[in-house]
Amino acid sequence: MESLATKESALDPKLAIKNTIVGAGDYYFEVIKKGQTFRIIDLEGNQAADTLFFNAADVSERYSSADTIREQGKVYLTNDSELRSNDNNVMLKIVADTCGRHDTLGGACATESNTVRYNLEKRCMHACRDSWMLAIAENPEYGITKRDISHNINFFMNVPVTEVGGLTFEDGISAPGKYVEMTAEMDVVVLISNCPQLNNPCNGYNPTPIEVMVWK
Amino acid sequence: MKNTIKNIQYETRLPGSSHWSLKMRRGTIMRITDLNGHANVGLLFYNPENLLERYNAPDTLKCQHTFKLTQNHCLYSDMGRIFASITEDQFGWHDTVCGNSHADQIAELWGQRDYQQHRNEWHQNGTDAFLVELAKYGLGKADLASNLNLFSKVAVGADGQLSLAQENSKGKEVVLRFEMDTLVLIHTCPHPLNVESQYPERPVLIELGEAETVSENDACLMHCDENIRGFKNNNLYHLGNI
Repeated sequence: MESLATKESALDPKLAIKNTIVGAGDYYFEVIKKGQTFRIIDLEGNQAADTLFFNAADVSERYSSADTIREQGKVYLTNDSELRSNDNNVMLKIVADTCGRHDTLGGACATESNTVRYNLEKRCMHACRDSWMLAIAENPEYGITKRDISHNINFFMNVPVTEVGGLTFEDGISAPGKYVEMTAEMDVVVLISNCPQLNNPCNGYNPTPIEVMVWK
Repeated sequence: MKNTIKNIQYETRLPGSSHWSLKMRRGTIMRITDLNGHANVGLLFYNPENLLERYNAPDTLKCQHTFKLTQNHCLYSDMGRIFASITEDQFGWHDTVCGNSHADQIAELWGQRDYQQHRNEWHQNGTDAFLVELAKYGLGKADLASNLNLFSKVAVGADGQLSLAQENSKGKEVVLRFEMDTLVLIHTCPHPLNVESQYPERPVLIELGEAETVSENDACLMHCDENIRGFKNNNLYHLGNI
């Protein structure tokens, strides 16, 4: 694989206004204000952070993988990528990235898709979509329902597309301490499932915590 | 290849820049033919019994380890079930990640959609086409998902670069066999990466009929272990149905 462009952040973690550790199998569900920057840190490496964004003023506007990759003309997300909505507005911009590549084609794991991908009897294993379902059930104030749950970003996940049209899930290219940082271009609701998947290499078969930092 | 079509009972020509929706029952087929070449057919699927269950492009791609869609692939819902199988494909590579064009993008490329002046030759866009059909079932923007774009080959370069190939699809056919009752949304608006000099107005032929029974060695069923499990999920969903 070609070498990936990375960029470090100039922000000081000591000046962050909020600092949250999210265990694997848990969710993060917060508003990030326009102009604020937030960072997701892959604390132990090879973790996947399944992330959705919503316009905080109108959650029917949400992150759209199709609009994002079409407008940038590339399938992978990295530094300088503009994360676009289903109305084709820029919601956030990636401003620093020490990992170099993130996926937005592979979607999230769900107990139902686990039955297809792995085994019919794995339907009761924890999955990202269940974390999202619990998040929206426990936080009705956002007005987000299952209808609003669509195709996400998998930060730190490596899903290369081949020139002959194949799609593979490769071992992560992330490592302990790698991070990605975004600045919000509108008030956004961030919904992250820290992936609990035990059946594929996206987490190195060992789901671990992530950290989320927010700067003013 | 085994013929999966038992009979054709209805046919219609869908002009370019158009949209339609209909319910297809389990065990029926839809054959789509690109009449003049370079057509684009947007497709989305919903479960009429539970409209929250919809076509899921990421699940479809990852469970079959593919970026392109073609013959023997199954089209999955977000609930681990198969809406339809692609039992025949003469084109070979269909896109399901680029979504639809928006009204302002079409206007910038080819001029504003204007029914007053242009009547049926107006410049419809894929997003509005789907929104119109969705609204007929009480659905809206929130229910949109990444769709299929039939007859549009979008390849990815080594660094992730997307490109729409100019491969002629004139006369090429795609057959979908429905594996459960499915609400189908269709449009014939341009692919969002299309930058031809004139608005592409490309008709397709749609034929509907019954499918032959799915055999034990069906090519879509046997394509991969994941599809065998997907069909098992469909069987569970239909438990008790004759």
